[in-house]
Amino acid sequence: MISLNMYLTVAAILFVLGVLGIFLNRRNVILMLMAIELILLAVNINLVAFSAFLGDLTGQVMAMFVLTVAAAEAAIGLAILVIFFRRRGSIAVDQADRMRG
Amino acid sequence: MIALLAFYLFSAVTIVSAVAVIFARNPVHSVLWLILAFFNAAGLMLIAGAEFIALLLVIVYVGAVAVLFLFVVMMLNIDFASLRSGFTRNLPFGIILALALFAEMFIALMAWKAGPGISGAAPPPPPQPNIVMLGELLYSRYLFPFELAGLILLVAMIGAIVLTHRSRGDVRTPKVSRQLRANPEKAIKLSNPGVGEGMKL
Repeated sequence: MISLNMYLTVAAILFVLGVLGIFLNRRNVILMLMAIELILLAVNINLVAFSAFLGDLTGQVMAMFVLTVAAAEAAIGLAILVIFFRRRGSIAVDQADRMRG
Repeated sequence: MIALLAFYLFSAVTIVSAVAVIFARNPVHSVLWLILAFFNAAGLMLIAGAEFIALLLVIVYVGAVAVLFLFVVMMLNIDFASLRSGFTRNLPFGIILALALFAEMFIALMAWKAGPGISGAAPPPPPQPNIVMLGELLYSRYLFPFELAGLILLVAMIGAIVLTHRSRGDVRTPKVSRQLRANPEKAIKLSNPGVGEGMKL
């Protein structure tokens, strides 16, 4: 029998893997964006699991909004990546210090 | 029983491909593993009964986002080997950190008790198809957030176009004001030159 805790465990593992991906690939922006997608996927699985086991569809509506924001974030992030690469010839984020922040 | 086996299969493949996304040497392989993870997560959501979100995940993530990633990875000439320099140095500490985070989450999960709203393991059978109920909810109670989501997508689209648009100097574009100022009197000259004299422009 599939329980709610099984879904939550899978989502927790996915979330931790996404965090680990951001931590390990600290110079590669593309892989960091992919890790963020993994994290958002984990959030979506959580929302859908709670929605299904609660019998309330609000969680699925929220999962749709998370999906929308994830798509917008990927588009803008990749656009920023493309112009950064055009200017610097590299995507190493530790060299992104032109504003001396 | 079949659902349980499918759940284990989908979740195992999702987790394995998420690991492969992080550890793959070639970023193109990472994107392909990401696509596999999305497909299997869609399978997990199908088992939970959320058909619309599952298909949306396949259409939006696999059809749009992953293809966008693939385009960017393949079109930019990036030296990915040099970007992996800190990978092995960060690996032990990163794994310790990840295990600690997962332990925290797992302890919280085990200590957590479901409230009276969640009745055991079996989700109640829905009275209507998932997409019908979702559509009714989306166009009545969540109409404003739904429109706002459309606005967010519009802003993202315009932002991506404005950011990546590049005006090149060597492209000849029509001058609209000059075209609009033209009229037949100035544009056409009628003349009747004599034989052998030719035209002077």
